[in-house]
Amino acid sequence: MFTCKCCAVSAAALVLLGACANQSTVQQSSVPGPALGRAATAEEIKAWSISIAPGGAGLPAGSGSVQQGVAVYAAKCAACHGEKGNGKPADALVGGLGTLATAEPVRTVGSYWPYATTLFDYVRRAMPTSAPMSLTNDEVYAVTAYVLNINGIVAGDAIMNAQSLPQVKMPNRDGFVDYSRK
Amino acid sequence: MKTRKLPAPAGDPSDRRNFLKHGIVSAGAVAVGAATAKAHAADPIGKDFPAFSVTPGAPFRGYGQPSRHEEKVLRALTPGYGAIAPGTGSSRTPLQTLNGALTPSGLHFERHHNGVPDIDPAQHKLLIHGLVKKPLVFTEAALLRYPMVSRTAFVECAGNSGANTLPAAPQANCGAIHGLLSGSEWTGVSLSLLLDEAGVEPGAKWFLAEGADSAAMSRSMLLDKAYDDAIVALYQNGERIRPEQGYPMRLLVPGYQGNLNVKWLRRLELTEGPTHTKDETSKYSMLMRDGKARQFMFELGVKSVITRPSGGLGMPGAGLYEISGLAWSGAGRIVKAEVSIDGGTSWREAVLQAPVLSKALTRFRLPWQWNGSPAMLQSRATDEKGNVQPARAEWTAQYSAANRYHNNMIQTWAVKADGSISNVYL
Repeated sequence: MFTCKCCAVSAAALVLLGACANQSTVQQSSVPGPALGRAATAEEIKAWSISIAPGGAGLPAGSGSVQQGVAVYAAKCAACHGEKGNGKPADALVGGLGTLATAEPVRTVGSYWPYATTLFDYVRRAMPTSAPMSLTNDEVYAVTAYVLNINGIVAGDAIMNAQSLPQVKMPNRDGFVDYSRK
Repeated sequence: MKTRKLPAPAGDPSDRRNFLKHGIVSAGAVAVGAATAKAHAADPIGKDFPAFSVTPGAPFRGYGQPSRHEEKVLRALTPGYGAIAPGTGSSRTPLQTLNGALTPSGLHFERHHNGVPDIDPAQHKLLIHGLVKKPLVFTEAALLRYPMVSRTAFVECAGNSGANTLPAAPQANCGAIHGLLSGSEWTGVSLSLLLDEAGVEPGAKWFLAEGADSAAMSRSMLLDKAYDDAIVALYQNGERIRPEQGYPMRLLVPGYQGNLNVKWLRRLELTEGPTHTKDETSKYSMLMRDGKARQFMFELGVKSVITRPSGGLGMPGAGLYEISGLAWSGAGRIVKAEVSIDGGTSWREAVLQAPVLSKALTRFRLPWQWNGSPAMLQSRATDEKGNVQPARAEWTAQYSAANRYHNNMIQTWAVKADGSISNVYL
């Protein structure tokens, strides 16, 4: 009984759609949406595109040195990440090299993160937690340089910018296995 | 005194047949009638009706709340960083006090990376750009006019049950251990519909989803998911999504790591490859014993947990209890939930409460005649793809001792003769 009733309603609806083709109709799920999105301007896209790809796409103009990063780190980061990135109360940023396959792995920027671009991306969008997006691009480059330096990944005279940062080879670059299609 | 028949599990008519098929798990027949009668005599129906029956009740209110007698049913709060970031951490669904397969919206678990933003929907926008022919901006008002679909789905944090990967079994209740798990009906716009309007370029294989919270939490995933079952959700359990769950809109990717269901969704960027954000490299990646890490392991494994009886809930004396819990899988429907009362030596199939939906919480039930002896309660789920929930040893053999993610190993609750229940590793 129920099935018959259901079929009857569907048939009626189809007839209705056919009869009123030039008027408003009930849309089926396969037809496109109402197209209510408006075109995004280039300025809007630029303002909101804060993601940085591993190859460096999206990195802004500007630069910062390890030495400049010392001051930025002391002012904006040390209260949570400790002196020289040793951690507490927030995550440690240094150490752990060579520990990943041991019984007590220590995962930090230096020992675990595969791309230096991720450090710039994350610091700029989310740090410090009390005032995200408050650092200038120069400050983000500088503190990125500093954190890479205290991990022994870049030299003390290193300068990070849109060209140099993607060139940094992180120690654990090859430590990840892509499971997206497994 | 009347002899009462053992109650059949509640639910649809097929449950009755299932009950007869599955029977009662029993550790020995025990007469419990005398104890029950004694309890009744101590709490008789009085001569007068209680005050609440003979005085007018409360008037109407615009939004209902639970009974004040349920005020202790709360999420367990586990802020991760204290005063330096009070909005960073999680709260957990009190699974041990709930029943059914849906979670009240106000008890849905939370995981925030820098607090809950107070978003004015009139100011919120969703930008779709990257490898699309026509980058688009959608307002909330525009999206509310779109055709919608509903999906009943679980959301589980990839770090759920992480405490059970620690060296010693934590003594906490079911929600505190496993409550980064909730189930809701989500309603919104098919992501594929919006992407089709923007026009996907042939080179697009991934997309990045970003939130409008002050952590701007962002994750990459394969574009395939957008054309499978992903939606931009605007409603949860019939009402607009609550701020803690992503108001005014969140991404819903059924069966995937909770973290991928990006809340407060403001931006979708179609890309050729993954962006390798912080939350898909340093976090939410699974460190293995060999030091390598599994990355972009989106789908959550088949899993179950007995929510009652469970850790911290006492059992007041021998008698009939219902063993009840939840089973779920990121791969699809649950086809079987088994229960053991002897730590996995023998198993009995539990009744699955209908409807059993793909990538949704499924309630299972099994009556248990407890004779008062110590017992080891376990549950084990199987999904429609044939995946079986792993034993503790099987799970731990794969992962680094430091890995806390994707823990879907079998949970053991140890029942002592005095009715107390604790969390044990077996």
